Amino acid sequence: MRLYALCVYLFLYIPIGIIALFSFNAGRHASQFTGFSTKWYGKALNNPFVMDALETSLIAAFLTACLASALGTMAAIALQGVRGWLRTLFDALIYIAIMIPGIVIGIATLIALVTVFGWLNPLLAALWPDGATPPQLSMGMPTLVAAHTMFTMSLVIIIVRARLAGMDRALVEASADLFATPWGTFRQVTLPLIAPAILAGFLLSFTFSFDDFIIAFFVAGSETTLPIYIFSSIRRGVTPEINAIGTMVMAASLLLLVMAQLLLRRGASKPPA
Amino acid sequence: MGLEDRAATRHIAELRAVTKTFGNVVAAKDLNLTIGEGEFLSFLGPSGCGKTTALRMLAGFEKPTEGEVLLDGQVVNDLDAHHRPVNMVFQQYALFPHLSVFDNIAYGLRQRRPRIDRSTISTKVEQALETVRLGDFGPRRIWEMSGGQQQRVALARAIVNEPKLLLLDEPMAALDRKLRKEMQFELQNLQRQLGITFVLVTHDQEEALSMSDRICVMEGGRIVQVGSPRDLYDAPRSRYVAGFVGTSNFFDATVADTAGNSVTLTLKGGPTLQGTSDTLFSPGQEVCVSIRPEQIALTRAAPATGSAFPVAIRNRIFLGEHTEYLAHSDALGDILVLVPRQAELNEGTFNAGEQAFVSWNDTAQLVLEK
Repeated sequence: MRLYALCVYLFLYIPIGIIALFSFNAGRHASQFTGFSTKWYGKALNNPFVMDALETSLIAAFLTACLASALGTMAAIALQGVRGWLRTLFDALIYIAIMIPGIVIGIATLIALVTVFGWLNPLLAALWPDGATPPQLSMGMPTLVAAHTMFTMSLVIIIVRARLAGMDRALVEASADLFATPWGTFRQVTLPLIAPAILAGFLLSFTFSFDDFIIAFFVAGSETTLPIYIFSSIRRGVTPEINAIGTMVMAASLLLLVMAQLLLRRGASKPPA
Repeated sequence: MGLEDRAATRHIAELRAVTKTFGNVVAAKDLNLTIGEGEFLSFLGPSGCGKTTALRMLAGFEKPTEGEVLLDGQVVNDLDAHHRPVNMVFQQYALFPHLSVFDNIAYGLRQRRPRIDRSTISTKVEQALETVRLGDFGPRRIWEMSGGQQQRVALARAIVNEPKLLLLDEPMAALDRKLRKEMQFELQNLQRQLGITFVLVTHDQEEALSMSDRICVMEGGRIVQVGSPRDLYDAPRSRYVAGFVGTSNFFDATVADTAGNSVTLTLKGGPTLQGTSDTLFSPGQEVCVSIRPEQIALTRAAPATGSAFPVAIRNRIFLGEHTEYLAHSDALGDILVLVPRQAELNEGTFNAGEQAFVSWNDTAQLVLEK
C-alpha cells in the first residue's frame, strides 16, 4: 500500500521536479543536464513576449479575483436567506459550475458570446450616428475576465458561505440590539468576521485564473496569457526558458494557495463567541 | 422597597393582548403584562413555553402577530431593534470575537448619532468595567476571558447604554453552579444600584425566586400566573404553578360539598378532607390538593387534631439542615416530607419500613383546579 502511494506521488511530482531541475540547466536541450545555471531565468525575464503575456495574465487574474470575491460574497450573503427548492437549485448550479470541465465552459462561453456579439454588433452599427465608426464587440480581456469570474465565483460562494454558516446569528442580533443599522452591522460585524474567507477566495480565484489555459484559450481572443504563450512556445520545442517560466508560475501559485489555506485555518480557529 | 411602591410608579413596558405565531405554531398567546419602572421581572417556564418569544418581542427581534408592545407608553410594534432603547444580555453572550473587551462595550455608544465624543465614550466604558469589576480587562481579547468574565462583559456592554429595559436571556445557563450563585447576588445588587428595569428569562425556579420582584409563570405560550415569589409559592393558582415554583405533594380528589369558601373533598382512597379555596368549585368536580413537603409533620403517634394519615417510611435522605423522607400511605399514595433538623431531634429519626403518621394544618392544603 505504501509502495503504491509512493508510486502515485512519484508519478505526480517527478515531472514537476524535472521541470524545476532543468530550468537550471546550463545547456540548450531539455534532455541532458550539462551544468547549473540561472541564465534561463534571466532570459525569460528579459523576453518581451513573456513579459507581455505575464502582464496580461496578472491583469486578468487580478480583475477576476476582485470581481469574483465581490460578487461571490454578495451571493453567499443573499443565499443565506434562501430556503427550500430555490436553495437546492442554486446549490446545484454552484456545484455544476465547478464540476463542468473547463473545455465545456470554454467552448460554451465562446459560442454564446460570438452569437450575442453577432446580434449586437449590427444593432450598434445601426444605432450609431453616421460618420463615426461604431464600436465592435469582440473577444478579449473583458470576455476572458467574465468567463474566469463565472467559474471562480462559485469557489468564493462556497468558501464564504461556510464561514457565514459558522458565524453565530446572535452576533448580528447583538449588533442590532446595540443600535447599529443593518449596514452598520454588516460593516462592523459581518464583514470583519468573514474577511479571512473573502481573502482566501480572492487568492484562490487569482490562482485559478492565472493558471487557467483551457478557458482562456477559447475566450481570450487576441490576448495572450502566460499559459497560452507557453503552449504556443512548446510547439517550437521545449527550452529551459519554458521550464524557468513554468517553475516561477508554479512557485507563485503554491505560495498563493498556501496563503489561502493559512487564512482559512486562522479564520476557523478563532474562538467563536 | 415594596413591590406596591414600584407598581405605583410608571409602566416602562407593556404587552397588550400579544400573540405571536410562527407558521402554524403559536409561540405566545394573548399575553397581557405591565412592567413597572425599576422592577426585576422574570419570565419562568420550561423550554418552549414562549418566554423567550416574549423577550424577543420586547427587544424588537420579533414582531407580534397580534396585539401591541409598548415601551414608555409608545406602541413600538414597528420599531426595529436598533431603534429601541432596550439592551439585551444574550444566552451565549454574543460578544464580538474580533473586538477587544473595551471595543465590545463601546460598540453601542459608537453607534449613537449625533456622535458621542471619544473621551466621553472612554469614561463611560471605564465606568461600566468598574461596575462589573473588570477594571483592567479593557484591552483583552474576548477569548482570553473565562465564562464568568465574558458574562460580565456582556452585562457591561448592555448597561453602558443606560437602557430603559435590560433584557437577560438565560444569562446564567452557561455558568457552573457556584459561579451562578455569585452572579445572582451580583445581578440583584447591580439592579438595585443602577435602578434599571430588568427582565429575565429563565427555566430555573431557584434563580427566578431568588432575584425577582415579580415572576411571570408561562406554560404553552400563555401566562398562567404573575406575582411576587412569595405569592406564587404560597398561593399558586394551578397545579402547574405549584409544581414549577418549589416542590409539592399532589393528591387527586373530588369535590363532595361546598359551603362559602370551605370545600369538602373525597380523596381517591376514600377519606375526606376539609379545605378552603377562593376559587368556586361545584360538587363532583375533579380537583387536586397540594401540600408543601415542609408543611407536613411526621410523628410516631397520631396528633389529637387535624388530618392525620398512617404511613410506612420508604426512604430517608439526610440533607444537613433538614431530612427528606419518602413515605407511602394507602389513602394518599407517595408523600414527600421535609423534616427540619430541630423536629428530627425531638421526634428521632425514622428508618425505612417503620410506621408513622403524617399530619398538617388545614391551612396548608391548597385546593387547585386540575
